[in-house]
Amino acid sequence: MIPAAFEYYRPESLQDALSLLQTHGDDARVMAGGHSLIPMMKLRMAEVPHLIDLQAIADLRGIRVDGDTVSIGAMVTQHEVIESTDLLRAAPILREAALQIADPQVRYMGTIGGNVANGDPGNDMPGIMQCLGAEFSLIGPDGTRTVAARNFFEAAYMTARTDEEILTRITFPAHAGGFAYEKQKRKIGDYATAAAAVLLTKEGGTCATASIAMTNLSDVPVWSEAAAAALDGTACDSGAIAKAMAAMDGDIDPGEDNRGPVAFKRHVAGITLSRAITRAWSRA
Amino acid sequence: MNDLSPDRDDRIANLKGLGCSRKRVEDARFTQGKGNYVDDIKMPGMLHGDFVRSPYAHARVVSINIDAAMALDGVVAVLTAKDLEPLGLHWMPTLAGDKQMVLADGKVLFQGQEVAYVVARDRYVAADAVELVEVDYEELPVIVDPFKALEPGATVLREDLEGQTSGAHGERRHPNHIFLWEEGDKAATEAVLDEAEVVAEETIYYHRTHPCPLETCGCVASMDKVNGKLTLYGTFQAPHVVRTVASLLSGIEEHNIRVVSPDIGGGFGNKVGVYPGYVCSIVASIVTGKPVKWVEDRMENLMATAFARDYWMKGRISATKEGKITGLHCHVTADHGAFDACADPTKFPAGFFHICTGSYDIPVAYVGVDGVYTNKAPGGVAYRCSFRVTEAAYFIERMIEVLAQELNMDAAELRRINFIRKDQFPYHSALGWEYDSGDYHTAWDKALTAVNYDGLRAEQAERVEAFKRGETRKLMGIGLSFFTEIVGAGPVKNCDILGMGMFDSCEIRIHPTGSATARLGTISQGQGHATTFAQILASEIGISADSITIEEGDTDTAPYGLGTYGSRSTPVAGAATALAGRKIRAKAQMIAAYLLEVHDNDVEFDVDRFVVKGAPERFKTMKEIAYAAYNQAIPGLEPGLEAVSYYDPPNMTYPFGAYICVMDLDVDTGQTEIRQVYALDDCGTRINPMVIEGQVHGGLTEAYAIAMGQEIAYDEMGNCKTGTLMDFFLPTAVETPHYTTDFTETPSPHHPIGAKGVGESPNVGGVPMFSNAVHDAFRAFGLRQSHMPHDHWRIWRIAEGLGLHG
Repeated sequence: MIPAAFEYYRPESLQDALSLLQTHGDDARVMAGGHSLIPMMKLRMAEVPHLIDLQAIADLRGIRVDGDTVSIGAMVTQHEVIESTDLLRAAPILREAALQIADPQVRYMGTIGGNVANGDPGNDMPGIMQCLGAEFSLIGPDGTRTVAARNFFEAAYMTARTDEEILTRITFPAHAGGFAYEKQKRKIGDYATAAAAVLLTKEGGTCATASIAMTNLSDVPVWSEAAAAALDGTACDSGAIAKAMAAMDGDIDPGEDNRGPVAFKRHVAGITLSRAITRAWSRA
Repeated sequence: MNDLSPDRDDRIANLKGLGCSRKRVEDARFTQGKGNYVDDIKMPGMLHGDFVRSPYAHARVVSINIDAAMALDGVVAVLTAKDLEPLGLHWMPTLAGDKQMVLADGKVLFQGQEVAYVVARDRYVAADAVELVEVDYEELPVIVDPFKALEPGATVLREDLEGQTSGAHGERRHPNHIFLWEEGDKAATEAVLDEAEVVAEETIYYHRTHPCPLETCGCVASMDKVNGKLTLYGTFQAPHVVRTVASLLSGIEEHNIRVVSPDIGGGFGNKVGVYPGYVCSIVASIVTGKPVKWVEDRMENLMATAFARDYWMKGRISATKEGKITGLHCHVTADHGAFDACADPTKFPAGFFHICTGSYDIPVAYVGVDGVYTNKAPGGVAYRCSFRVTEAAYFIERMIEVLAQELNMDAAELRRINFIRKDQFPYHSALGWEYDSGDYHTAWDKALTAVNYDGLRAEQAERVEAFKRGETRKLMGIGLSFFTEIVGAGPVKNCDILGMGMFDSCEIRIHPTGSATARLGTISQGQGHATTFAQILASEIGISADSITIEEGDTDTAPYGLGTYGSRSTPVAGAATALAGRKIRAKAQMIAAYLLEVHDNDVEFDVDRFVVKGAPERFKTMKEIAYAAYNQAIPGLEPGLEAVSYYDPPNMTYPFGAYICVMDLDVDTGQTEIRQVYALDDCGTRINPMVIEGQVHGGLTEAYAIAMGQEIAYDEMGNCKTGTLMDFFLPTAVETPHYTTDFTETPSPHHPIGAKGVGESPNVGGVPMFSNAVHDAFRAFGLRQSHMPHDHWRIWRIAEGLGLHG
């Protein structure tokens, strides 16, 4: 558990960070909270001769709620997400989800940006961001661009972000109505066996809009349009939920690991989704 | 003349002796981060060792090229088996009569096996150099299933033993077979089973797991070439044994070796054996003349350092229709991994597994254990239990439940009608043990009453009906366990480790001002010896526990002892402490009589003093007596007040307990919630109730982990799938259930203070309790046996198999 030697940088501006990235090319990586990257380096599964710590860059911090638009700096920690009263009003699903990530010690360091940018299918925020319809702002040598969360994740640890780019902010519309993030895990600190993010709105006793995303049930987060469509116009009764579960089941592709075999994961994914829908509906 | 003298109750309270919930004196340093562990030891010029380990479970080592590693700045040496061979140290004897490679000698037999040892200027250079050692492997077929290992024509794993048809424990009937060890009357047992009215048969698997102490194993070896002395600091549960083994292996005379166990961060059996890291560090220090430190990391500890359990137990139990048990037959297939490195008393290759008749009066029994080699890490240590006792307790407590099902009987009642009765003690079991004392019925009734057992059963029946009506998806399990431990190894005539009898020792020095230092042959790894042994002594010699320092773990100062594991410290070293204390008291009596100018027999001991019989106002306190011992010429007596006792126990002690838990279980997700845990322990005389409670909490938590998720698992290629704490379950405060503890007190008749030992009971009794709760929840739907660990997916699989998912 001893990493190979590396140079450590702590730039104070995005420009400095970008130029370090350009100087060292493939030998450099940016680090947010470090709770994924540092263990990989200690296991020598990642070799990073030039490690660029983003902690000191003020531009990457801060939570802003401007009307219906929520903007979160990439270096905002999970702890800050939990503590933010603005976020609790504008997007309460984030607090519910962040409280289910790891443990308090990890959440003091772990960031929302690192959680999505690492592209780890086990992370919780990618699915939440797809559910929210978030956009990711990236800055690179050629300027800035935005990528929709629903188009960002390509494969395990592979995202639309290029090696020269840094994720700066996450932006999404405030959500109204019912919400839930339901996660089954083996213990504190574990990744999800299965988790479901559900947002929905109710009009006249039926579901007006719905958005559903699943975590750790494929090599990327799964935003299931079909599952959400199954709820449209229904009273989210057991028949509708069963249809949503079936639709979701068609979209996920879990693999066997120590958390269990595929059949179990599919079953738990369904149960998790059904509980999330029920809770979200009760809050709508 | 003694108006200021405190009254007797105050004097007793001031002693903080037996029965006092004295706060742990160790905790001042531990809670402030001031402990001194092996990795805290830093010596001038100290070098650091690190291992190149095998990525394969079975492979030939074609070549090892160390050139690139040696070329790295800061690398001092890279040792391979070739370097150790001239010293005869490329293999080493195990505690179980086998031998084990120190560094890969031509082949590797498990993933994570030590292949080369890098010595470097610092820990970082050592880790870099490990990457630069080039090893060329040729993969060989892997066997991870002990039953496949014994098939005809199976790949031979231990080629070094080829042609050897017998081993340390008798005949080997297959190249991958280690021993068959048998106890009891096989023919008579089979005859009873053949004729029995009811027979229940089941295979019970106690999976492979790992003690996983928070502090991993490590050492600092320091060879002083000027005076020829070797000092070895390390995570040793038995420092004197390590000294003797180190002397035998290295040829260094034993008086020139000093072994020190500093503070140890948990042992649980993991730190009993001798590991390649110790041997390589000693060799490296001898070669370089500098201190060499080696501390393994968590993955190395989980993958390569002694595992526990891995017993496939095939049982048959017979009974009358009324439920009176008539016989027990057990055959075990024991997966020992690549080398038989079990840490058992040498004559017991399956430890004390033949305590598997449990708490029941079973007239005839037989047990046979086949030890088998596979491509897994060696070990088989007693993880917070006496040797293989948790396996035995799990076996019998599952068999009882299976038999109850067969009989369609309540499992609590089945236990009650088969318990050994109080009047049967000392009880001779069918498998050869003499149980010292017990009162099982009283403990069981107390436990059942405490949890309102009948009420729980009624609630459970209602739950099953509600489940069947579709009103709930949660079932309720009641986990019962009644266990008998066997601890305190042991009588020297039966129990030895590599020939060294398993006695233990205590040496006491009373200082002139009336305080004392006592040294023992044991070593605390968190048990709180500095607290509790001082309490034993306080009650024996009348000096406050606060004025007694307990020292352990330094072989230059402590008397020879066999160390701490198998709950043997209190039964053996605790007895030595009491007896050494009595020697002190005997001399103190003579001194007191002299000072009081009466005959020796005219004074008697009273808490903290000797008083003249019938004249309690005439007395000498122990403090006064201690001063006189050093400062007054007393005719016929040597000066000083010291004593030493080496105690060879006449028998083991047999702690027991009644554990009950209530579990709610979600059939859809496999998640469980422990609603209630009630643990009644009878460990004989209770030295410190608070320390006992802490021990029980810790042991129950480990039992919960083992039963509900903790395992060392391998894939078909022999890759260890559980090498980190992400996958190896260690409960945090969040997962840990709440516990209610209780007790009865049945002293051991042969122990000087009647104490039996308790540290391991909760693991022994806890595992069957939690596992039985899972089984019990599904009993109404016909479940007979489902192997641990009962993690989410395996519980889900039970429900799936029983058709509960619709």
